[in-house]
This record gives sequence, C-alpha cells and structure tokens, in this order.
Amino acid sequence: MSSRRDRADDLRELMESEGEAIGGNTQLINQLTAENVGSFDRYEELREEARATKEAAIENLPDLIDRLEEAVSANGGQLHVAQDAADANRIIEEILDERGAEKLVKSKSMTTEELEVNDHLEPDYEVVETDLGEYVIQVADETPSHMIGPAMHKSAADIADLFNDAFDLEEPLSDDPAELTEFARERVGEHILDADAGMTGANFVVAESGSIMLVTNEGNARKTAVTPDTHIAVTGVEKVVPTVSDLQPFTELIARTGTGQDITSYVSLLSPPVDTPIPDFEADEFRPAEERDFHLVLVDNGRMAMREDEDLRETLYCIRCGACNNACANFQSLGGHGFGGETYTGGIGTGWEAGVHEMEGAGEMSELCTGCSRCVPKCPVKIDIPWINTVVQDRTNRDAEPGDFDFLVDGLTPDEEPSGLDLQKRFFGNIETVAKLGSLAPGLANALADTSLADWLLERFVGVDERRDLPEFAGETLREWYGARGPRVDDPDREVVLYPDLYTEYFEPERGKAAVRALEALGVRVRIPEVPESGRAPLSQGMVATAREQAERVHGALVGHVDDGRDVVIIEPSDLAMFRSDYEHLLPERSHERLAEHSYDVMEYIYGLLENGADADALAGPAGEGEGRGDERVAYHSHCQQRTLGVERYTTAVLEELGYELRESDVECCGMAGSFGYKSEYYEVSMDVGKRLRADLGDVAGEELVASGTSCRTQLDALYDRAATHPVELVAPETGSR
Amino acid sequence: MGTDRVATFEAELEGVSTVHRTAAADFEETLAGAIVEPAVGTDIPTEDVSLADTPVETAPSPADVLAAETGVTPAGLGVANYGTITLPASEEPREVVSLYCTRHVAVLAESDLVADMPAAYDRLSEDFAAGTDTQILATGPSSTADMGELLRGVHGPHETHVVVVTDR
Ligand code: SF4
Repeated sequence: MSSRRDRADDLRELMESEGEAIGGNTQLINQLTAENVGSFDRYEELREEARATKEAAIENLPDLIDRLEEAVSANGGQLHVAQDAADANRIIEEILDERGAEKLVKSKSMTTEELEVNDHLEPDYEVVETDLGEYVIQVADETPSHMIGPAMHKSAADIADLFNDAFDLEEPLSDDPAELTEFARERVGEHILDADAGMTGANFVVAESGSIMLVTNEGNARKTAVTPDTHIAVTGVEKVVPTVSDLQPFTELIARTGTGQDITSYVSLLSPPVDTPIPDFEADEFRPAEERDFHLVLVDNGRMAMREDEDLRETLYCIRCGACNNACANFQSLGGHGFGGETYTGGIGTGWEAGVHEMEGAGEMSELCTGCSRCVPKCPVKIDIPWINTVVQDRTNRDAEPGDFDFLVDGLTPDEEPSGLDLQKRFFGNIETVAKLGSLAPGLANALADTSLADWLLERFVGVDERRDLPEFAGETLREWYGARGPRVDDPDREVVLYPDLYTEYFEPERGKAAVRALEALGVRVRIPEVPESGRAPLSQGMVATAREQAERVHGALVGHVDDGRDVVIIEPSDLAMFRSDYEHLLPERSHERLAEHSYDVMEYIYGLLENGADADALAGPAGEGEGRGDERVAYHSHCQQRTLGVERYTTAVLEELGYELRESDVECCGMAGSFGYKSEYYEVSMDVGKRLRADLGDVAGEELVASGTSCRTQLDALYDRAATHPVELVAPETGSR
Repeated sequence: MGTDRVATFEAELEGVSTVHRTAAADFEETLAGAIVEPAVGTDIPTEDVSLADTPVETAPSPADVLAAETGVTPAGLGVANYGTITLPASEEPREVVSLYCTRHVAVLAESDLVADMPAAYDRLSEDFAAGTDTQILATGPSSTADMGELLRGVHGPHETHVVVVTDR
C-alpha cells in the first residue's frame, strides 16, 4: 500500500541523512553507560530506591504540590500551576511583561519544548538557547532528535555548514569541534551577559525546601539561573519529590544511565531566589540579591490524567535520562526524527506523547518498538517501556476506522480486536491461525507461498515484504512426530512439559526434537501437550485483548501440569519472556507467578540438570557424542529478551562445558523481533540494524552459526545466506531420534 | 582514615582536575602555585586561611571577574569517591567567580571531605533545612560533546583545582 511505501521512503531518507551521526553517537553512549553501570555495584539497590521514591511521590502528588507552594513562597518566590501549554505560555509571558524583560536566555528543557515556548514568545521577545546542542537546533530551526542530545543527528561538518550559512562570517568555520564549540560558546555567552531573564527546566523539585535540581555539563544552566535578575523555572508536575535526601539516588544514577559519566560536571541544588548578588555587567556593579525574582511554573498538560491511568502512570517516573533512546536498535538507525512525536521520541517518548499530545503520533512511534526489551535494564527507575508501547499501540488500534477488507479477515480470524484494526497487524497477530491452516497441507502451502502471486497478495494486503523468505512448513509438526514416537524414558526422576511454540511446532520441529533428545538423555521424561500460542504474536501488534485471551488459554493448558510437579521447558526466548514477565500484565498475579516460577529456557534447564548431577557425557559435544571432543568453534547470537532476563549465560555455560569454543555478539535487537522485519515499511530499517549484527559477529567461516531466537535466526539466515541452528541442536545426542 | 579519603578524592580527579594538599600555614604559597593572574576571589571561611596576603582581588566588580584568569572560592564539602566538591552560595559573588573565570580554584578543608554521596546528602539535607539556598555539586571542569567530540570548558571553567587544607 502506498502509505507503507511512503513510510519506507521517509525512513530510508532519514537513515541516509541522519543515520550515521545518530548511530555513532548513540552506540558510543550506550557502550559507555553499559560499562559504567556494569561496574557500579550499587546500581540495583539505587534503582529500587529511585523507583520507590517516584512511586510514592506520584501517589502523593497533590499534597506535595501544596507543600511546595508554601516552601517556594517562604523562600520569596512564586509557584504557578499551568493546566496546559497555552496556560503556561500565558503565565510566562505575564512574568516577562511585569519585569519589562525583552531578552530571555534559556537552558535546555524538554518541558519548554513541549510547550513550544520559543514559538510563542519569539514575535515579541528575543529568545536564545544556551545549551550548545539546543543552540544548534535553534539556528537550524529544527526539533531535538534526542532527549539529552538535541543535535545528536548532526555531524561536526553539518554544524559547520549550518553556522557558515546562518552567520555572516569573515572567515568560514572549519568542521573542527573545538572551533565550533568556541564559536557557539562566545555567541551564546554574550547573550547571557545582557539577558533580562533566564529560563531553566528542573530535573527535580523538592517540596520541603522549594529547591530545584539542575543536571548539566556545560554550566549554562547555572549561568542562566543566576546571571539575570529574573529566573523562571518551567517543569512538569511529576518532578516533585518530598525531601532533599530523596535526591541522592538520582544524583548517583542520572549521569550513569544518561551519558555513562559517574556524575555530570554540575548538579545544582538551588532554592531560588538565590542569595548570590546580581552581576550587572553594563553598570559594572553587583546588585543586591533582594532584587531577584523567581517563578516556578509547574506544568500539568495531561500529567494529572496520566496519574489516574493505570498503564501510562509509570511514564511519570521517567527522569528523562535518554538511556532508552540509546539502547534501542531502531533508534540507533533512525534517531528521534524517525520515531516522530511532537516533542518526545524513542523509548519512553511514546508514553509521553500519548499523555501530553495526540495519540496519533504516539501510535506511529510505538510501532517501531519491537518489544526487544533491551531498554528495560537500562532504565534507572525500572519502567516497563515495552509495555507502555504495547498499550499505546493497542489504543491506537482501537481508534482506527474500519477498512475495506475487514469482512474477509473477521471471518478467518475471530479475535478480540475492534474491526478497524489494520490488516497487517491482524495477520501477524493471528499468525497461529495462518500456521494451522498452512500445516493442514504443508506441501501445497509451501508451493503456494513460493509463487509470485502469493508474494504480491501478501505484500498488497498485509505488507509482508517480498524480499523476505517466508518460513517453510514442515512436513510433520513436532506434536505429530512425538505422538507417533512416544516418550522414551521409563521411571524418570523428572517430568517436564516441552512448550510447543508456534515456530517449533509448524516450521522447525527439528529443534523441538533436539530438545526432546537432550532432555531424555539426562533422564527427563517429556510431554508435549496441545498448548496455544503464547500471545506473543498479538502482543507484538498491540492486540492486548487477544494476547490476554491467549495467555488465559495457555495458563489453562499448563496449570494442571505445573500442579502435578512438571516444569515447563521453553525453546523460544520470546515465549519465555511472555511467561516470565509479560504475563504479569495479562494474568492475575498468582497465576502469573506460578507459571513464571516453573518456566525455564531449555538451555537453562539443561544447565540446572547438569549442576544437579546429570551426566554431561550423555550429551553430544563438538565431535559427536561422548569422547573425542574437538575444539569446534561457535559464533553465538543470543536473544535480546534472554539477555534482559539474564538467562543467556546458561547457554554459553553449557556449550563451553561441553567443549565448544564460543564467541558472542551483544548488539541490541538484530532488527527482526518477530513480525517487525517482515513488514515492508520496516524491511530496510531491519536490514540496517542487521548490518550492526553482521559487523559485530564478523565472518563466520569455519564456525557453527548459532542463535536462540526464531527471529534472530531468520535475520542471520538473510545476513549470512546460510542457516543458523539452535543451541540445543548442538547438545542433543543423535540416538533416540526416530 | 582522613588521608585515605584525600587519596581517594585525588584518584577520582586524576586527569580531570588538580588537587593540591597544604597545611594552613603554607596556604599562601600553595595557592600561588594554583592560580594564574589576574585572579579574583571571595573570602575563605576556613580557619587560619585567608586571601588577604595573596594577589587575589577579593572585592571584584563584574568586569574584574570577566577579565580574570582565575577565580578562587571556598568549597562546602568534598565527596571523596566522586571527586566532587560542593559550592555554596553566599551574599558574596561566589557563584559568579566560580563560573565565569577560565580557571577555578576551590579551597576545601580536609575535615569537610566525606566518603560518599549518602554521607554528603546527610550534610546537604541539614544545610538546606537550615536555610542554605545553593549548593552546586561540581566535578571537574565544564564540558560538552554537542559538537561531535568531548571538549572541556564551555560556559564554565576550562580548568579546575582543589586546594585541600589538610589540618583544618
Ligand atoms: S524511561 Fe527510563 S531510560 Fe527512558 S528516559 Fe525515562 S528514565 Fe531514562
């Protein structure tokens, strides 16, 4: 469909123009933050504290705002609560008018971007951004592309061109960053000296003392706050915390996750109006601090409603460190401008946009979330960012108008979704139905899928990219095979349920067979009951009601086994992630916990058996079974959700114990994540993301190419033009197969 | 204990900022090694330490501050495991002096050096409860990466020094 093509074109252009700068910068910061956080042993403890502080503060927000008002006026300042952007802009303008101000200097603040303060004031006032990145954006007349690096999409050469065009310079500037920094610093510095008012944001606001906290490296926020005699701080209501001591965990976290520094150059705690005398550079005298004027504008603009919204509330805990932007593979390719959003972008930007702006823009952004979850461990306040993206997608789906072909799909895929839902989403969300139909006559389905007619139909109606090979149906499903073969372990110590995920069941039963053989070799009796698809497919399309229904059916099919003492063993990491974490949102707490406690990644389970005394020699090693193991080399790509859950280490431990020589890639989501890479509008993005995996893993000649996830394997197959295997296939003995 | 703390503090600031240790009696001489003239500053409340007999102009005008190479101000606290100092404001133009000069020299009494951030926040909370209205936690010089490379000295100082008075 043409809108799909337009979207693909837009994204391609962005990757060409901004991709290189944004990619280099985000990946670098991402690496720095990973190293920093990895070597900071109090990370988890401080995250817990930070999370608890935010939860309590949002809960008690109205009370905190009352206390804050008292504290600010006791200090000699004034607190204003603005209902929406227009209200905030009116308040700000009144303050400037009252003070007779003409020139305003600003330090970086996302909240003022949200209000579009500059556009509002510029006809009547001179407004100058003092953060150098923000200044570049102001000169270029663009919007920020990243929460903490507004000009991150521009290279030094881009900035030099911009300045040379915008200013009438005697000598053109070179692309030397030092020269550019000096130039911008001087220009901006002069404005600060003769500004009438300074506007800052506030990273935190303290109810008890009326203090604000500003986190910066450049020092411009300090200058903006104390040089002019009027200071206006503009920030969201969600920034209020009760006491100064509550700021301690944030002081230690915000730079680590944001930039990879231990702490930024300046963390300013101010209870304005501050005591420091006012420098009057024109008269060359210091004026008394009593002449200072301070206004704190707290902006609601949808936030109080978000507070009442079960699913969006967590967004208010966000401290805007930008870590989720950097950790996101698609963001690394596209930058914030590709995600869209009026102000906020990438990662948590969806939640912010949905809360403070229109759902429409937020819906488009949330589609770029593949649900890979690599942002989750990076978030200093432990926000479940993928869930927020899913919720926003779901709400967007529900707002959609019914389309032309709905009658067709409604009949085929009776689900819980509204009739306006996009056909493409519906196709991927109901992939189990498609698979079941196909597997009735796999030969025919495969032959049909190979035709260009099928390609055309799929691309035309559901947006499956022609350039992707579709998986082939197996001649026999895993359960058909197992049903004919039967269990091979008598008198077992343990019994497990092997979860027949959709892909293993219909397309790749070999890895299921390998799992059976490996488990049996270690004395475990395996059952493979009929269990529905986990709900991952509809969840990844934002079809929450359908996903919930699936989750309930899965729970129903498995709970009896768990009650009888059987563990659930899972091959596909994204299904493990469903059971262990996503079901938290879909099932009653007890049901989720019971299933989560008894679900294991297949390699994790094997690891556990070996640790508990099972004989590793029963498994296959590099040179076949038992003895004579060589030093076979393996290039291993685990799976994002496995890494977020912290279970990928079991695969490496088992393979290494068996004698494989292993090397691993650790790039973020390789760009497939289920349906994402099949969608024609995102095909090129997924290939661009894949390139980083290719670069990270390098050549794999003479090595076994191994991946845990289906979608990763599909991507690797395309990138290397050879098939990747699942790790369990390396450890399963041949005996016992049919 | 105390000396360990200074060592940690120094180690944290290695390559970022210069730390000078001195006894109060040798303060003037040590300071002379840390400043570049013209220098401006504000009073140091640490006992037995004064700028009176140094080349530092202690009642500068705004133009003096802009023209100065070095600004000298007291530090409130040091946080050993971050190499951070806090800069409290007062009726004097400390904030302007510490921010506008190319080089900033902070004077810290060793007894005000605490081990870590929780300890620092215990003290900061008390200060704010008692009416302190500014504490800047400053760590090394100002910096930016906005033009494509990490650079020092943007709106704040390019270079920072901390003079630790070890017997105070
Ligand atoms: S959601 Fe978390 S990681 Fe993302 S910007 Fe907010 S605080 Fe940072």
